[in-house]
Amino acid sequence: MKTIKTCVTALISALLVFSPVAYADKWSDQFPHIKATGDIPGECSYESMSKKNYKGKTLKINTHAVPVMGEPTALHAEQFAKLTGAKVDVTHTPAGDLYAKAMVPFQAGQAPYDIVFGFSNFINDWKRYLEPVPKKYVEMKQMQDVTPSHIGIASWDGVMYQFPVDGDRHYLKYRKDVIDNPKYQKKYKADTGKELRVPQTWKEYGEMAAYFNGWDWDGDGEKEYGSAEVMKKDDLMYAAFYSRSAAYSKNPKTPGGFFFDLKTMKPLINNPGFVEALTDWVAATKYVPPGGINFGLGDEIGSFGGGQTLFSFSWDDAFVAAMQPDSPINNKVGAAQLPGAMKVWNRTTNSWDEGFNQAPFFVWGWAVGVAKKSKEKEMAFDYLCFFANEANHQADIGIGRFGVNPFRNDDFKADVWTQIGWDKDIAQSYVDTLAQMEESKNRVFPLRVPGTFEFNAALATAAAKALAGQLSPQAALDEAAKQWEDILNRVGKDNVRKAYSVGVAMEDNKL
Amino acid sequence: MNFKHKYVFLFPGLFVLIGILIFPIIFTIRLSLSGWNSYTPEMNFIGITNYIRLFTDDPRFWESFFRLSFLSVTTVILQYIIGFALALIVWREIKFKRFFRVIFLIPMMTTPVIMTVIWRTFFHESLGPVNDLLGNLGVKPILWLSDPVIAKFTVIIVEVWQWTPFMFLLLLAGLLSLPKEPFLAAAIDGASPFRKFVYVTFPLMAPISIGAIIIRLIEASKIMDTVFVLTSGGPGTATETSSFYIYIKGLREFQMGYAATLSFTYLVIMIISLTIIAKVLTKLMIKE
Repeated sequence: MKTIKTCVTALISALLVFSPVAYADKWSDQFPHIKATGDIPGECSYESMSKKNYKGKTLKINTHAVPVMGEPTALHAEQFAKLTGAKVDVTHTPAGDLYAKAMVPFQAGQAPYDIVFGFSNFINDWKRYLEPVPKKYVEMKQMQDVTPSHIGIASWDGVMYQFPVDGDRHYLKYRKDVIDNPKYQKKYKADTGKELRVPQTWKEYGEMAAYFNGWDWDGDGEKEYGSAEVMKKDDLMYAAFYSRSAAYSKNPKTPGGFFFDLKTMKPLINNPGFVEALTDWVAATKYVPPGGINFGLGDEIGSFGGGQTLFSFSWDDAFVAAMQPDSPINNKVGAAQLPGAMKVWNRTTNSWDEGFNQAPFFVWGWAVGVAKKSKEKEMAFDYLCFFANEANHQADIGIGRFGVNPFRNDDFKADVWTQIGWDKDIAQSYVDTLAQMEESKNRVFPLRVPGTFEFNAALATAAAKALAGQLSPQAALDEAAKQWEDILNRVGKDNVRKAYSVGVAMEDNKL
Repeated sequence: MNFKHKYVFLFPGLFVLIGILIFPIIFTIRLSLSGWNSYTPEMNFIGITNYIRLFTDDPRFWESFFRLSFLSVTTVILQYIIGFALALIVWREIKFKRFFRVIFLIPMMTTPVIMTVIWRTFFHESLGPVNDLLGNLGVKPILWLSDPVIAKFTVIIVEVWQWTPFMFLLLLAGLLSLPKEPFLAAAIDGASPFRKFVYVTFPLMAPISIGAIIIRLIEASKIMDTVFVLTSGGPGTATETSSFYIYIKGLREFQMGYAATLSFTYLVIMIISLTIIAKVLTKLMIKE
């Protein structure tokens, strides 16, 4: 009798102890996407969603084209439909049309989509048409793990309008097998008299990129080049330019605006700091691959991820793509903060402040909201919550083409990345880089004001003219500054100032 | 039957005309007088402010218009010359005439966007086959898409390839419908093939040529998909055309009111300039 009792107790104990694993096996069998972790218990886990019943209801989603963000949207839609019985219609739209495709019906008072994907810097224009994220989601466990920076990016005046599904920043990616290679370090020293190391400044970046441009330095029989950058007009190139400008223009001694002087609303984009950055960038056209001046984000990811260049800087996607098992440069890349500069422009004294300066750029990322006029708000928020649940998130961030990047505190642990096959030191340098950016007190956040598109387009056009040799960097940025003045006059300085003050408060560490 | 009742039968056609032509034009004019954009989503009335901005403070639109003029005139002239030459070839009794007629039409039957994607791949400067082939012949890589001058010619190459068949088709139809007598008379007089072309074929083809050129000019002046896919207007603004610029202002920057101003102004300019071109061509090519 005693033996039977002991056996029953052991069996019950085992069931209790291993029950989460049992759940994980059950769900990962049906949904192989989460096979690495299984289901992770939470308010929006697979288990929780399977208890919802949305049979007979249809959820309409407008998202980006496949694969970046479009692929995970479709995948999670299919999973959500299987779990809840809902019908989910996913429409894929090119990046350049996401804004207008939502904005036209928004302004016409219609809601053809319950959920709209876009970029986080749309928030100012979209917020009046979006339903604030309900309290129950804001307070749930998975949201508590989102970093304060990304809560700030998804919110406006303390109200969360965008459901965090992605976290973005620009940082430097480099070929570790070259920069850390003693043979190349010796050769570089002998030829240039300088150290080959992770570039600390944009000038060093340019020198190294130019040195390693146009010859086969990895022995694959193909020529390699210095740098892959997003230089194509109308394809997010303005973000790349801001990244290059931050070190020269974001001076911690002069709070009160990076893009404008908040007091006067005078555009700052043609000051010597920005001009220096654009001058560097024009020089960069000499060390990008042939045709690199027309590289959009996809080209940049493919170029660096395919092993064509020494450096790259932009979103996480190129790095994660390079670290995937099928990449030719798997475990041969390193991450570091964006290079700095040995001088930074001081707009108060109208002179350069000498000394090292570095400023991370928390560039906009993918954002998603629920239309205020949607008739399926509860289902829409449940879908978003399910999209970003812990199991899905951990699986998504390891797939470069998905465009889902770290935005939770747990993502900044090296173990998360070593589990998917990254070398320990690379994983550590990656999470250290992200963590240092989070901790920096000299950060730049994206421009999120009325007319953001007009401001960024004017800047991109001017910068593109400089890169194509149509205008000098100073003339190009003077042209952009003049257009910014015109846009300010059209939108209203006070309207822009009011919105811009929110971003400035984040940059000045007041939020 | 009451005579007036006959007009009732005009109503369906009239409604369609109003619906698809008159209403959009009137709506565009009204929109052009508003400041509708992302931050003022309403059909307010701001008078001719947008027109003043266009004529005094938007050199980019005018640059894109002159660039468009260059691109469309160049492509149409090339299409006319090549299309005419091809039509003359298959007009003669040659072997596999029907086969060549079909082959020459294939580019026109393909989808422009998809073909432009393929051309973009061909011309990709580091991964494309064109530079690869040239490299095998010892030619340095050509900056097909990233040099401001060469990029314009790349756009021209793609447009000429895509639309020459249309010109070919119209001109071949014209050639096949020409009367035989003038050619017989020229043959009896012992005219050389060159003189036959200059004094018989070309003059007889003039009305059809003018029609074909005008149709192609109208189409070429709307060039958008090729530029959008091939260069996105770049490098810089080197290949930006009017329609692409209007698209940027309207659907990228969401300046609906201003984009309507650009569209309406563009429409007026095109109506005037194409009317003048048609008259000039008629005067030059058709002799009384």
